[in-house]
Amino acid sequence: MSLISLEGLSVTYGGNTVLSGVTLTINPGEIVTVVGPNGSGKSTLLRSVIGALKPSGGSVARAPGLRIGYVPQKLHIDPTLPLTVRRFLSLPARVSDARAAEALEQAGAGNLAARQMSGLSGGQFQRVLLARALLTNPQLLILDEATQGLDQPGSAAFYQQIEKVRQEIGCAVLMVSHELHVVMAASDRVVCLNGHICCEGAPEHVATAPEYRALFGTGTQGALALYRHEHNHSHDHDCNHDHHHEAAE
Amino acid sequence: MTLLDDFLIRAALAGIGVALAAAPLGCFVVWRRMAYFGDATAHASILGVALALSFDVSIFAGVLATALAMATTVSALAGRGYAMDTLLGVLAHSSLAFGLVAVSFLSGVRIDLMAYLFGDILAVGRGDLAVIWGGAALVLALLWWRWSALLTATLNPDLAHAAGIDPRREQMVLTLALALVVAVAIKVVGVLLIAAMLLIPAAAARPFAATPERMAAIAALLGMLAASGGLQLAFVFDTPAGPSIVCLAAALFAAASTAGLLLRRR
Repeated sequence: MSLISLEGLSVTYGGNTVLSGVTLTINPGEIVTVVGPNGSGKSTLLRSVIGALKPSGGSVARAPGLRIGYVPQKLHIDPTLPLTVRRFLSLPARVSDARAAEALEQAGAGNLAARQMSGLSGGQFQRVLLARALLTNPQLLILDEATQGLDQPGSAAFYQQIEKVRQEIGCAVLMVSHELHVVMAASDRVVCLNGHICCEGAPEHVATAPEYRALFGTGTQGALALYRHEHNHSHDHDCNHDHHHEAAE
Repeated sequence: MTLLDDFLIRAALAGIGVALAAAPLGCFVVWRRMAYFGDATAHASILGVALALSFDVSIFAGVLATALAMATTVSALAGRGYAMDTLLGVLAHSSLAFGLVAVSFLSGVRIDLMAYLFGDILAVGRGDLAVIWGGAALVLALLWWRWSALLTATLNPDLAHAAGIDPRREQMVLTLALALVVAVAIKVVGVLLIAAMLLIPAAAARPFAATPERMAAIAALLGMLAASGGLQLAFVFDTPAGPSIVCLAAALFAAASTAGLLLRRR
Protein backbone atom coordinates (compact mmCIF):
# COMPACT_ATOMS: atom_id res chain seq x y z
CA MET A 1 0.00 0.00 0.00
CA SER A 2 1.28 3.48 -0.80
CA LEU A 3 2.31 5.80 2.05
CA ILE A 4 0.91 8.95 0.51
CA SER A 5 -1.58 9.27 -2.25
CA LEU A 6 -2.50 12.64 -3.75
CA GLU A 7 -5.55 12.67 -6.01
CA GLY A 8 -6.06 15.72 -8.19
CA LEU A 9 -4.69 18.01 -5.44
CA SER A 10 -5.30 21.73 -5.91
CA VAL A 11 -4.17 24.48 -3.55
CA THR A 12 -5.25 28.11 -3.78
CA TYR A 13 -3.66 31.00 -1.87
CA GLY A 14 -5.68 34.19 -1.79
CA GLY A 15 -7.11 33.72 -5.28
CA ASN A 16 -3.92 32.38 -6.84
CA THR A 17 -3.90 28.76 -7.84
CA VAL A 18 -0.52 27.43 -6.76
CA LEU A 19 -1.12 23.77 -7.49
CA SER A 20 -3.74 22.17 -9.70
CA GLY A 21 -4.59 18.58 -10.46
CA VAL A 22 -1.53 17.00 -8.84
CA THR A 23 -1.78 13.24 -8.64
CA LEU A 24 1.13 11.50 -6.98
CA THR A 25 1.74 8.42 -4.89
CA ILE A 26 4.73 7.57 -2.76
CA ASN A 27 5.48 3.95 -2.08
CA PRO A 28 7.45 2.49 0.83
CA GLY A 29 11.20 2.78 0.49
CA GLU A 30 11.42 4.92 -2.66
CA ILE A 31 13.19 8.25 -3.09
CA VAL A 32 11.06 10.79 -4.89
CA THR A 33 12.50 14.18 -5.79
CA VAL A 34 10.35 17.12 -6.77
CA VAL A 35 12.11 19.67 -8.94
CA GLY A 36 10.73 22.89 -10.30
CA PRO A 37 11.58 26.57 -10.68
CA ASN A 38 10.94 29.10 -7.91
CA GLY A 39 7.24 29.59 -7.30
CA SER A 40 6.32 26.30 -8.92
CA GLY A 41 4.57 25.08 -5.77
CA LYS A 42 7.21 22.66 -4.48
CA SER A 43 7.02 23.71 -0.86
CA THR A 44 3.24 23.99 -1.12
CA LEU A 45 3.16 20.37 -2.22
CA LEU A 46 5.23 19.24 0.76
CA ARG A 47 3.24 21.35 3.18
CA SER A 48 0.04 19.78 1.86
CA VAL A 49 1.52 16.34 2.40
CA ILE A 50 2.36 17.06 6.06
CA GLY A 51 -1.06 18.63 6.58
CA ALA A 52 0.05 22.22 7.12
CA LEU A 53 -2.11 23.35 4.19
CA LYS A 54 -5.69 22.49 3.41
CA PRO A 55 -6.26 21.48 -0.21
CA SER A 56 -8.86 23.53 -2.06
CA GLY A 57 -9.57 20.59 -4.32
CA GLY A 58 -8.74 16.90 -4.58
CA SER A 59 -7.56 14.78 -1.70
CA VAL A 60 -4.50 13.85 0.31
CA ALA A 61 -4.57 10.32 1.70
CA ARG A 62 -1.98 9.15 4.20
CA ALA A 63 -1.49 5.51 5.15
CA PRO A 64 -3.11 4.90 8.56
CA GLY A 65 -0.65 5.66 11.36
CA LEU A 66 1.94 6.95 8.92
CA ARG A 67 5.06 8.24 10.69
CA ILE A 68 6.50 11.24 8.91
CA GLY A 69 9.90 12.76 9.63
CA TYR A 70 10.06 16.34 8.42
CA VAL A 71 13.27 18.26 7.74
CA PRO A 72 12.24 21.87 7.14
CA GLN A 73 13.80 24.38 4.83
CA LYS A 74 16.46 26.27 6.77
CA LEU A 75 15.11 26.84 10.25
CA HIS A 76 15.82 30.15 11.90
CA ILE A 77 16.30 29.87 15.64
CA ASP A 78 16.26 33.20 17.38
CA PRO A 79 19.50 33.67 19.32
CA THR A 80 17.45 34.83 22.30
CA LEU A 81 16.15 31.27 22.64
CA PRO A 82 18.68 29.16 24.53
CA LEU A 83 18.40 25.63 23.25
CA THR A 84 20.85 22.74 23.35
CA VAL A 85 20.76 20.14 20.61
CA ARG A 86 19.69 17.56 23.17
CA ARG A 87 16.77 19.70 24.38
CA PHE A 88 15.78 20.44 20.77
CA LEU A 89 15.42 16.72 20.11
CA SER A 90 12.95 16.44 22.98
CA LEU A 91 10.53 18.86 21.34
CA PRO A 92 7.62 18.35 21.40
CA ALA A 93 7.83 14.80 22.75
CA ARG A 94 10.45 13.86 25.31
CA VAL A 95 12.85 11.19 24.05
CA SER A 96 15.30 9.08 26.02
CA ASP A 97 19.00 9.93 26.02
CA ALA A 98 19.73 6.64 24.28
CA ARG A 99 17.24 7.33 21.49
CA ALA A 100 18.57 10.87 21.02
CA ALA A 101 22.15 9.63 20.83
CA GLU A 102 21.17 6.96 18.31
CA ALA A 103 19.37 9.45 16.05
CA LEU A 104 22.29 11.89 16.19
CA GLU A 105 24.63 9.05 15.30
CA GLN A 106 22.44 8.02 12.35
CA ALA A 107 22.40 11.60 11.10
CA GLY A 108 26.16 11.95 11.41
CA ALA A 109 25.93 14.44 14.26
CA GLY A 110 27.03 12.17 17.10
CA ASN A 111 29.13 14.72 18.99
CA LEU A 112 26.77 17.69 18.98
CA ALA A 113 24.31 16.88 21.80
CA ALA A 114 25.58 19.49 24.26
CA ARG A 115 26.00 22.32 21.74
CA GLN A 116 23.73 25.34 21.47
CA MET A 117 21.51 25.31 18.37
CA SER A 118 22.37 28.92 17.51
CA GLY A 119 26.10 28.09 17.51
CA LEU A 120 25.97 25.31 14.89
CA SER A 121 27.31 25.62 11.35
CA GLY A 122 24.90 25.20 8.44
CA GLY A 123 25.86 21.60 7.81
CA GLN A 124 25.73 20.65 11.49
CA PHE A 125 22.35 22.31 11.82
CA GLN A 126 20.85 20.31 8.94
CA ARG A 127 22.19 17.08 10.43
CA VAL A 128 20.55 17.91 13.74
CA LEU A 129 17.28 18.57 11.92
CA LEU A 130 17.69 15.21 10.20
CA ALA A 131 18.35 13.53 13.55
CA ARG A 132 15.17 15.08 14.92
CA ALA A 133 13.19 13.80 11.95
CA LEU A 134 14.58 10.29 12.54
CA LEU A 135 13.44 10.12 16.17
CA THR A 136 10.00 8.78 15.29
CA ASN A 137 11.57 6.06 13.16
CA PRO A 138 9.73 7.48 10.14
CA GLN A 139 8.31 5.53 7.23
CA LEU A 140 8.54 8.69 5.17
CA LEU A 141 11.25 11.32 5.42
CA ILE A 142 10.33 14.69 3.93
CA LEU A 143 13.03 17.24 3.09
CA ASP A 144 12.23 20.75 1.94
CA GLU A 145 15.28 22.21 0.20
CA ALA A 146 17.21 20.82 3.12
CA THR A 147 20.61 21.84 1.79
CA GLN A 148 19.86 25.46 1.06
CA GLY A 149 22.80 27.52 2.19
CA LEU A 150 25.25 24.61 2.15
CA ASP A 151 28.11 24.60 -0.31
CA GLN A 152 28.33 21.88 -2.92
CA PRO A 153 30.51 19.40 -1.00
CA GLY A 154 28.32 20.10 2.05
CA SER A 155 25.10 19.25 0.24
CA ALA A 156 26.61 16.24 -1.50
CA ALA A 157 27.72 14.91 1.90
CA PHE A 158 24.27 15.60 3.31
CA TYR A 159 22.53 13.67 0.53
CA GLN A 160 24.94 10.80 0.97
CA GLN A 161 23.90 10.75 4.61
CA ILE A 162 20.25 10.62 3.51
CA GLU A 163 20.94 7.62 1.30
CA LYS A 164 22.77 5.91 4.13
CA VAL A 165 19.83 6.55 6.44
CA ARG A 166 17.43 5.17 3.87
CA GLN A 167 19.45 1.99 3.61
CA GLU A 168 19.56 1.66 7.39
CA ILE A 169 15.93 2.24 8.26
CA GLY A 170 14.28 1.63 4.88
CA CYS A 171 12.16 4.77 4.88
CA ALA A 172 10.77 6.44 1.79
CA VAL A 173 12.15 9.90 1.04
CA LEU A 174 10.24 12.78 -0.50
CA MET A 175 12.39 15.79 -1.17
CA VAL A 176 12.24 19.09 -2.91
CA SER A 177 15.22 20.73 -4.48
CA HIS A 178 16.44 22.94 -7.22
CA GLU A 179 19.94 21.53 -6.94
CA LEU A 180 19.13 19.09 -9.71
CA HIS A 181 22.61 17.88 -10.33
CA VAL A 182 23.16 16.82 -6.75
CA VAL A 183 19.79 15.29 -6.11
CA MET A 184 18.49 13.66 -9.24
CA ALA A 185 20.83 10.73 -9.57
CA ALA A 186 20.00 9.45 -6.11
CA SER A 187 16.27 9.41 -6.85
CA ASP A 188 14.12 6.52 -7.90
CA ARG A 189 11.66 8.94 -9.37
CA VAL A 190 11.78 12.61 -10.28
CA VAL A 191 8.69 14.76 -10.48
CA CYS A 192 8.99 17.94 -12.45
CA LEU A 193 6.56 20.50 -11.07
CA ASN A 194 5.36 23.84 -12.33
CA GLY A 195 1.94 24.41 -10.81
CA HIS A 196 1.06 20.98 -12.14
CA ILE A 197 3.13 17.88 -12.83
CA CYS A 198 4.94 18.52 -16.11
CA CYS A 199 6.61 15.16 -16.33
CA GLU A 200 7.62 12.40 -14.03
CA GLY A 201 9.73 9.27 -14.14
CA ALA A 202 13.24 7.93 -13.69
CA PRO A 203 15.94 10.64 -13.50
CA GLU A 204 17.26 9.84 -16.99
CA HIS A 205 13.79 10.04 -18.42
CA VAL A 206 12.96 13.39 -16.82
CA ALA A 207 16.31 14.92 -17.65
CA THR A 208 15.70 14.34 -21.35
CA ALA A 209 11.98 15.12 -21.35
CA PRO A 210 11.07 18.18 -23.43
CA GLU A 211 8.88 19.56 -20.61
CA TYR A 212 11.82 19.47 -18.25
CA ARG A 213 14.12 21.14 -20.74
CA ALA A 214 11.54 23.80 -21.38
CA LEU A 215 11.64 24.65 -17.69
CA PHE A 216 15.32 24.35 -16.96
CA GLY A 217 16.94 24.65 -20.38
CA THR A 218 19.59 22.23 -21.52
CA GLY A 219 22.28 23.96 -19.51
CA THR A 220 21.92 21.60 -16.58
CA GLN A 221 22.59 18.59 -18.74
CA GLY A 222 26.34 18.95 -18.34
CA ALA A 223 26.12 19.31 -14.56
CA LEU A 224 23.82 16.35 -14.35
CA ALA A 225 26.22 14.13 -16.28
CA LEU A 226 29.12 15.41 -14.22
CA TYR A 227 27.42 14.54 -10.99
CA ARG A 228 26.42 11.09 -12.13
CA HIS A 229 29.98 10.39 -12.87
CA GLU A 230 30.98 11.46 -9.37
CA HIS A 231 28.19 9.48 -7.84
CA ASN A 232 29.24 6.38 -9.68
CA HIS A 233 32.80 6.97 -8.67
CA SER A 234 32.10 7.37 -4.97
CA HIS A 235 30.16 4.13 -4.88
CA ASP A 236 32.15 1.75 -7.01
CA HIS A 237 34.35 0.62 -4.18
CA ASP A 238 31.73 -0.13 -1.56
CA CYS A 239 28.92 -1.71 -3.47
CA ASN A 240 28.00 -2.87 -6.90
CA HIS A 241 24.80 -1.03 -7.67
CA ASP A 242 26.17 0.98 -10.56
CA HIS A 243 22.84 1.07 -12.34
CA HIS A 244 23.18 4.77 -13.07
CA HIS A 245 26.38 4.18 -14.86
CA GLU A 246 24.97 3.76 -18.33
CA ALA A 247 22.89 6.87 -18.03
CA ALA A 248 25.99 8.83 -17.19
CA GLU A 249 27.80 8.03 -20.34
CA MET B 1 -4.58 37.08 59.19
CA THR B 2 -2.60 39.93 60.59
CA LEU B 3 0.18 39.50 58.06
CA LEU B 4 -1.99 40.66 55.17
CA ASP B 5 -3.06 43.71 57.14
CA ASP B 6 0.24 45.36 56.37
CA PHE B 7 -0.05 47.23 53.07
CA LEU B 8 3.65 46.68 52.32
CA ILE B 9 3.32 42.93 52.67
CA ARG B 10 0.28 42.98 50.39
CA ALA B 11 2.17 45.09 47.87
CA ALA B 12 5.17 42.76 47.93
CA LEU B 13 2.95 39.71 47.46
CA ALA B 14 1.18 41.43 44.56
CA GLY B 15 4.46 42.32 42.86
CA ILE B 16 5.89 38.85 43.33
CA GLY B 17 2.70 37.28 41.96
CA VAL B 18 2.80 39.40 38.82
CA ALA B 19 6.53 38.80 38.30
CA LEU B 20 6.09 35.06 38.73
CA ALA B 21 3.61 34.90 35.84
CA ALA B 22 4.98 37.70 33.67
CA ALA B 23 8.59 36.51 33.49
CA PRO B 24 8.08 33.03 31.94
CA LEU B 25 5.47 34.43 29.56
CA GLY B 26 7.92 37.23 28.80
CA CYS B 27 10.40 34.60 27.58
CA PHE B 28 7.96 33.68 24.83
CA VAL B 29 7.44 37.35 24.08
CA VAL B 30 11.22 37.67 23.64
CA TRP B 31 11.66 34.45 21.64
CA ARG B 32 8.78 35.22 19.30
CA ARG B 33 9.73 38.91 18.98
CA MET B 34 6.35 39.96 20.28
CA ALA B 35 7.57 42.89 22.39
CA TYR B 36 5.36 45.40 20.62
CA PHE B 37 2.51 42.94 20.71
CA GLY B 38 2.73 42.94 24.49
CA ASP B 39 2.94 46.72 24.49
CA ALA B 40 -0.12 47.10 22.26
CA THR B 41 -2.15 44.71 24.38
CA ALA B 42 -1.17 46.58 27.53
CA HIS B 43 -1.92 50.01 26.09
CA ALA B 44 -5.33 48.88 24.91
CA SER B 45 -6.25 48.01 28.46
CA ILE B 46 -6.72 51.66 29.45
CA LEU B 47 -9.73 51.54 27.13
CA GLY B 48 -10.80 48.51 29.12
CA VAL B 49 -10.56 50.52 32.32
CA ALA B 50 -12.80 53.23 30.86
CA LEU B 51 -15.34 50.70 29.60
CA ALA B 52 -15.34 48.82 32.90
CA LEU B 53 -16.02 52.04 34.83
CA SER B 54 -18.77 53.22 32.52
CA PHE B 55 -20.56 49.86 32.44
CA ASP B 56 -19.89 49.29 36.11
CA VAL B 57 -18.17 45.91 35.76
CA SER B 58 -14.95 44.88 37.46
CA ILE B 59 -11.76 46.47 36.12
CA PHE B 60 -10.26 43.00 35.80
CA ALA B 61 -13.05 41.84 33.48
CA GLY B 62 -12.96 45.02 31.39
CA VAL B 63 -9.20 44.93 30.94
CA LEU B 64 -9.19 41.20 30.18
CA ALA B 65 -11.85 41.65 27.52
CA THR B 66 -10.19 44.61 25.76
CA ALA B 67 -6.73 43.04 25.97
CA LEU B 68 -8.12 39.88 24.37
CA ALA B 69 -9.96 41.88 21.72
CA MET B 70 -6.81 43.84 20.94
CA ALA B 71 -4.62 40.76 20.70
CA THR B 72 -7.14 38.99 18.46
CA THR B 73 -7.47 42.04 16.21
CA VAL B 74 -3.71 42.22 15.78
CA SER B 75 -3.47 38.49 15.01
CA ALA B 76 -6.29 38.77 12.49
CA LEU B 77 -4.84 41.83 10.75
CA ALA B 78 -1.28 40.49 10.64
CA GLY B 79 0.06 39.91 7.17
CA ARG B 80 -2.62 41.93 5.37
CA GLY B 81 -0.56 44.59 3.71
CA TYR B 82 1.06 46.33 6.67
CA ALA B 83 4.25 45.37 8.43
CA MET B 84 3.65 44.06 11.92
CA ASP B 85 5.44 46.91 13.70
CA THR B 86 3.44 49.52 11.78
CA LEU B 87 0.19 47.77 12.59
CA LEU B 88 1.09 47.47 16.27
CA GLY B 89 2.23 51.08 16.44
CA VAL B 90 -1.08 52.24 15.00
CA LEU B 91 -3.21 50.05 17.24
CA ALA B 92 -1.20 50.53 20.45
CA HIS B 93 -1.17 54.28 20.41
CA SER B 94 -4.64 54.80 19.05
CA SER B 95 -6.15 52.46 21.62
CA LEU B 96 -4.27 54.32 24.35
CA ALA B 97 -5.55 57.63 22.98
CA PHE B 98 -9.13 56.36 22.68
CA GLY B 99 -8.87 55.00 26.21
CA LEU B 100 -7.68 58.34 27.60
CA VAL B 101 -10.44 60.20 25.76
CA ALA B 102 -13.04 57.68 26.94
CA VAL B 103 -11.88 58.11 30.55
CA SER B 104 -12.35 61.88 30.27
CA PHE B 105 -16.05 61.36 29.48
CA LEU B 106 -16.53 59.66 32.82
CA SER B 107 -17.28 62.90 34.61
CA GLY B 108 -19.42 61.28 37.28
CA VAL B 109 -16.64 59.09 38.57
CA ARG B 110 -13.58 60.64 39.99
CA ILE B 111 -10.76 58.39 38.84
CA ASP B 112 -7.09 58.70 39.32
CA LEU B 113 -5.70 58.20 35.83
CA MET B 114 -2.14 58.02 37.11
CA ALA B 115 -3.05 54.95 39.13
CA TYR B 116 -3.91 53.08 35.93
CA LEU B 117 -1.05 54.43 33.84
CA PHE B 118 1.67 53.75 36.42
CA GLY B 119 0.04 51.36 38.85
CA ASP B 120 -0.92 51.76 42.46
CA ILE B 121 0.68 48.79 44.14
CA LEU B 122 0.49 50.26 47.64
CA ALA B 123 -3.30 50.31 47.39
CA VAL B 124 -3.58 46.60 46.67
CA GLY B 125 -6.28 45.08 48.85
CA ARG B 126 -7.00 41.50 49.79
CA GLY B 127 -9.45 41.13 46.92
CA ASP B 128 -6.86 42.42 44.45
CA LEU B 129 -4.35 40.00 45.88
CA ALA B 130 -6.73 37.11 45.27
CA VAL B 131 -7.28 38.23 41.66
CA ILE B 132 -3.54 38.67 41.04
CA TRP B 133 -2.54 35.31 42.47
CA GLY B 134 -5.48 33.57 40.83
CA GLY B 135 -4.59 35.08 37.45
CA ALA B 136 -0.90 34.34 37.90
CA ALA B 137 -1.64 30.73 38.82
CA LEU B 138 -3.86 30.41 35.76
CA VAL B 139 -1.13 31.79 33.48
CA LEU B 140 1.50 29.47 34.96
CA ALA B 141 -0.83 26.49 34.66
CA LEU B 142 -1.56 27.38 31.03
CA LEU B 143 2.16 27.66 30.23
CA TRP B 144 2.94 24.46 32.11
CA TRP B 145 0.23 22.55 30.27
CA ARG B 146 1.16 23.75 26.78
CA TRP B 147 4.93 24.15 27.32
CA SER B 148 6.25 21.68 24.73
CA ALA B 149 3.70 22.61 22.11
CA LEU B 150 4.34 26.32 22.66
CA LEU B 151 8.08 25.86 22.31
CA THR B 152 7.71 23.80 19.14
CA ALA B 153 5.36 26.33 17.58
CA THR B 154 7.77 29.09 18.56
CA LEU B 155 10.65 27.31 16.81
CA ASN B 156 8.86 26.80 13.51
CA PRO B 157 5.19 26.55 12.50
CA ASP B 158 5.81 23.80 9.94
CA LEU B 159 7.75 21.75 12.45
CA ALA B 160 4.73 22.06 14.73
CA HIS B 161 2.34 20.98 11.99
CA ALA B 162 4.44 17.94 11.22
CA ALA B 163 4.20 17.01 14.91
CA GLY B 164 0.41 17.42 14.91
CA ILE B 165 0.45 20.77 16.74
CA ASP B 166 -1.63 23.67 15.46
CA PRO B 167 0.55 26.80 15.75
CA ARG B 168 -2.50 29.08 15.61
CA ARG B 169 -3.94 27.41 18.67
CA GLU B 170 -0.67 27.88 20.53
CA GLN B 171 -0.65 31.52 19.48
CA MET B 172 -4.12 31.84 21.00
CA VAL B 173 -2.87 30.28 24.23
CA LEU B 174 -0.13 32.90 24.43
CA THR B 175 -2.59 35.65 23.57
CA LEU B 176 -4.89 34.54 26.37
CA ALA B 177 -1.99 34.34 28.83
CA LEU B 178 -0.85 37.79 27.78
CA ALA B 179 -4.30 39.27 28.32
CA LEU B 180 -4.44 37.66 31.76
CA VAL B 181 -1.05 39.06 32.75
CA VAL B 182 -2.03 42.53 31.56
CA ALA B 183 -5.28 42.33 33.51
CA VAL B 184 -3.55 41.36 36.77
CA ALA B 185 -0.52 43.62 36.34
CA ILE B 186 -2.39 46.87 35.71
CA LYS B 187 -2.80 47.47 39.44
CA VAL B 188 0.85 46.74 40.13
CA VAL B 189 2.87 48.51 37.44
CA GLY B 190 0.21 50.19 35.32
CA VAL B 191 -0.54 50.18 31.61
CA LEU B 192 2.64 51.88 30.47
CA LEU B 193 5.08 49.61 32.27
CA ILE B 194 3.53 46.15 31.93
CA ALA B 195 5.67 45.31 28.93
CA ALA B 196 8.73 46.00 31.07
CA MET B 197 7.74 43.29 33.54
CA LEU B 198 7.40 40.88 30.61
CA LEU B 199 10.57 41.73 28.76
CA ILE B 200 13.26 42.89 31.15
CA PRO B 201 13.53 39.82 33.44
CA ALA B 202 13.47 37.50 30.41
CA ALA B 203 16.14 39.51 28.63
CA ALA B 204 18.26 39.65 31.79
CA ALA B 205 18.03 35.86 32.20
CA ARG B 206 19.24 35.06 28.69
CA PRO B 207 23.05 35.12 29.30
CA PHE B 208 22.79 32.57 32.13
CA ALA B 209 20.51 30.02 30.51
CA ALA B 210 21.36 27.03 28.34
CA THR B 211 17.82 25.72 27.99
CA PRO B 212 14.42 27.44 27.65
CA GLU B 213 13.27 26.06 31.00
CA ARG B 214 16.23 27.50 32.83
CA MET B 215 15.71 30.86 31.14
CA ALA B 216 12.09 30.94 32.33
CA ALA B 217 13.10 29.98 35.88
CA ILE B 218 15.89 32.56 36.09
CA ALA B 219 13.59 35.20 34.60
CA ALA B 220 10.99 34.44 37.27
CA LEU B 221 13.62 34.75 40.03
CA LEU B 222 14.92 38.05 38.65
CA GLY B 223 11.37 39.35 38.26
CA MET B 224 10.53 38.53 41.86
CA LEU B 225 13.78 40.11 43.02
CA ALA B 226 12.99 43.28 41.07
CA ALA B 227 9.44 43.39 42.45
CA SER B 228 10.35 42.99 46.12
CA GLY B 229 13.57 45.01 45.91
CA GLY B 230 11.97 47.80 43.91
CA LEU B 231 9.22 48.09 46.45
CA GLN B 232 11.76 48.48 49.23
CA LEU B 233 13.63 51.12 47.26
CA ALA B 234 10.36 52.98 46.71
CA PHE B 235 9.72 52.87 50.46
CA VAL B 236 13.22 54.06 51.38
CA PHE B 237 13.53 56.82 48.79
CA ASP B 238 9.85 57.71 48.67
CA THR B 239 9.59 57.13 44.91
CA PRO B 240 6.63 55.77 42.92
CA ALA B 241 6.50 52.01 43.42
CA GLY B 242 5.75 50.70 39.89
CA PRO B 243 8.51 52.68 38.16
CA SER B 244 10.95 51.82 40.97
CA ILE B 245 10.34 48.10 40.33
CA VAL B 246 11.04 48.59 36.62
CA CYS B 247 14.17 50.64 37.39
CA LEU B 248 15.58 47.85 39.54
CA ALA B 249 14.72 45.33 36.80
CA ALA B 250 16.58 47.50 34.30
CA ALA B 251 19.60 47.67 36.62
CA LEU B 252 19.53 43.86 36.93
CA PHE B 253 19.40 43.64 33.13
CA ALA B 254 22.41 45.93 32.77
CA ALA B 255 24.37 43.90 35.30
CA ALA B 256 23.34 40.63 33.66
CA SER B 257 24.35 41.68 30.16
CA THR B 258 27.68 42.97 31.41
CA ALA B 259 28.27 39.72 33.25
CA GLY B 260 27.21 37.85 30.10
CA LEU B 261 29.74 39.71 28.00
CA LEU B 262 32.50 39.00 30.50
CA LEU B 263 31.53 35.33 30.71
CA ARG B 264 31.68 34.99 26.94
CA ARG B 265 35.01 36.75 26.67
CA ARG B 266 36.62 34.46 29.22
